Amino acid sequence: MGDVIAMMFNTAVFAAALRMATPLIFAALGGIFSERSGVVNIALEGMMLTGAFTAMFVTYHTGMPWVGVLGAMLAGGLIGLIHAIFCVRYRANQVVTGTAINIFAGGLTVFLLRFFFGTAGTSPSVTTIPDITLPVLSSIPWIDRILGRQNPLVYLALVAVVVVHIVIYKTPWGLRLRAVGEHPRAADTVGVNVFKMRYISVVISGALAGLGGTYLSIAHLSRFSEGMTAGRGFIALAAVIFGKWTPLGALGACLFFGYADALQMRLQDIGIPTQFMNMLPYVLTMVALAGFIGRAVGPKASGEPYIKG
Amino acid sequence: MRTKIKALPWQELLLPLAAVVLALLIGSVFILYVGENPLTAYGILFKESLGSVRNIATTLQRATPLMFTGMAVAFAFRAGLFNIGAEGQLYIGAFAAAWVGFTFANLPRIIHLPLAIVAGMAGGALWASIAGVLKAKLGVHEVINTIMLNFIALFLTDWLVTGPFHGGSWVPETARISASAALSRIYPPTRLTTAVYLAVVAAAAVYLILWKTKRGYELRAVGLNPSAAEYGGINVARNTIIAMAISGALAGLAGTEQILGLHNRFILRFSSDLGFMGVAVALLGKNHPVGVILAAILFGALQAGSAAMDRLTAVPRELITIIQALIIFFVAAEYLIRRMLRLKEDA
Repeated sequence: MGDVIAMMFNTAVFAAALRMATPLIFAALGGIFSERSGVVNIALEGMMLTGAFTAMFVTYHTGMPWVGVLGAMLAGGLIGLIHAIFCVRYRANQVVTGTAINIFAGGLTVFLLRFFFGTAGTSPSVTTIPDITLPVLSSIPWIDRILGRQNPLVYLALVAVVVVHIVIYKTPWGLRLRAVGEHPRAADTVGVNVFKMRYISVVISGALAGLGGTYLSIAHLSRFSEGMTAGRGFIALAAVIFGKWTPLGALGACLFFGYADALQMRLQDIGIPTQFMNMLPYVLTMVALAGFIGRAVGPKASGEPYIKG
Repeated sequence: MRTKIKALPWQELLLPLAAVVLALLIGSVFILYVGENPLTAYGILFKESLGSVRNIATTLQRATPLMFTGMAVAFAFRAGLFNIGAEGQLYIGAFAAAWVGFTFANLPRIIHLPLAIVAGMAGGALWASIAGVLKAKLGVHEVINTIMLNFIALFLTDWLVTGPFHGGSWVPETARISASAALSRIYPPTRLTTAVYLAVVAAAAVYLILWKTKRGYELRAVGLNPSAAEYGGINVARNTIIAMAISGALAGLAGTEQILGLHNRFILRFSSDLGFMGVAVALLGKNHPVGVILAAILFGALQAGSAAMDRLTAVPRELITIIQALIIFFVAAEYLIRRMLRLKEDA
């Protein structure tokens, strides 16, 4: 039992949890933008997958992983734009469009993988973004083993949480965003362009989810493989709900889910099947929605197309 | 809810047709991109899926699970519910059917096969009911819950098939079901089985339930306007649970069909998005049993022809997945197509 406790508070597990949480954090922040503007985004999975592929593809051709990051964000944003065009302009059902995007991304990435590399499984290996050592953090005992040396994207994810929190809660733009998601008619009446706000938010959502995918293919691993997001987009969605549509709440949820992920291999050794740990985010989200641990209630207008008039 | 003016039947057909044509047109851009002629690629697709009786049988075989998942999603839609959890319900149903299939090996066929089918339906119904009850009793939206239940079902069956019910071979699959629980092939060497008849029966049942029974009237009333239905004395909560259960049973049949007809054992993650494709099939089929059957056959044809297209041209078979996704986009954006075709908006 002492071993289990020691393992649970092991700094290596915490550091791994942070790495596992990184792609989730980016995608969850993306989910928050979209949902806050009133557009349900179950397409995070497809956006992440597109990002992961593009990051690998651009890095493969340029040899510069940071250009890959940029490419992934653009590609994710483009998928977001498609989602927005169908949901905002053509009033398509947002869940249906999201499903279509997930299927589309799954097909397109393998289509391109097979066409360019002649293989369905995995891409060739590419240059990755190397880990860095942070000067101050790496000199604090205990903390240094968790935060001292990590991938730049891990730090970027933490910074992004703070930035998104400030944007949503401390800026006029954030106020408008929340208004559009809660009560679009009222926002429209006072001169907020509902359509424009939703377009921008869903594109940002895609770019952030694409960034999350980047971490998988050119930081965590050095290649793209078919379906490599493996449901992470949905875990990010779960984190959005579990964190009650707030950046800080979602961060907490992502870290917790990342922690569960980091622990699963070690828990398997003491007889807990990994599948049970894999289920955890989804089970907890259902429990949260049912109201057993403080009811999770989303933005009011989320899922409703806005019709001006 | 706006009042709907009943559209003419030809318009009902025109919209899905336009969606398919648009998707194929965009698909041809992908074909051109890889340096092939769209007509050649689509020609192969057509010939390999519908060009002979044998090819048609293969198409129907690929269409069968989609008929069930499409019907599952359509049934829920009619009752105002978005069941995006057919994938999970399919896995639970499949496992239940497989379990009956390999556990009660000494039962006579006349009992064993129906029992396995009922188990598959019950498994799917039970899994869907979780979301139904949570919606009816606590008001939790079924979309998120059915998505979450998809993953829970996936990991649950992953564990069952790698752990307690692992068949002992080096691959993650259960023991083989006994022959007494297997569906019969009707056009060998294709793998088309009697499941396709079962799908037609299910379609007829869905039609009768929805349009010829009091229960169906209630379900559709709830689907059109829950508050009006409630006001009219219909128990919305009860109908929500019933609708999800029936929808789940249909999804369970898809999984059952895959086990008893195709794989003859539960294989780890055997479904390649059959549940999600059900959403596409339901939408394209206008949530009507006949439409669902036709849409499933279209999707089945695309899949049946894709292997030959992949082999004979430079077009990867994933083109089919892309086209299927595009069809969903365009069916969902009915508003866009109505404007393109200058049809009257029915809203």
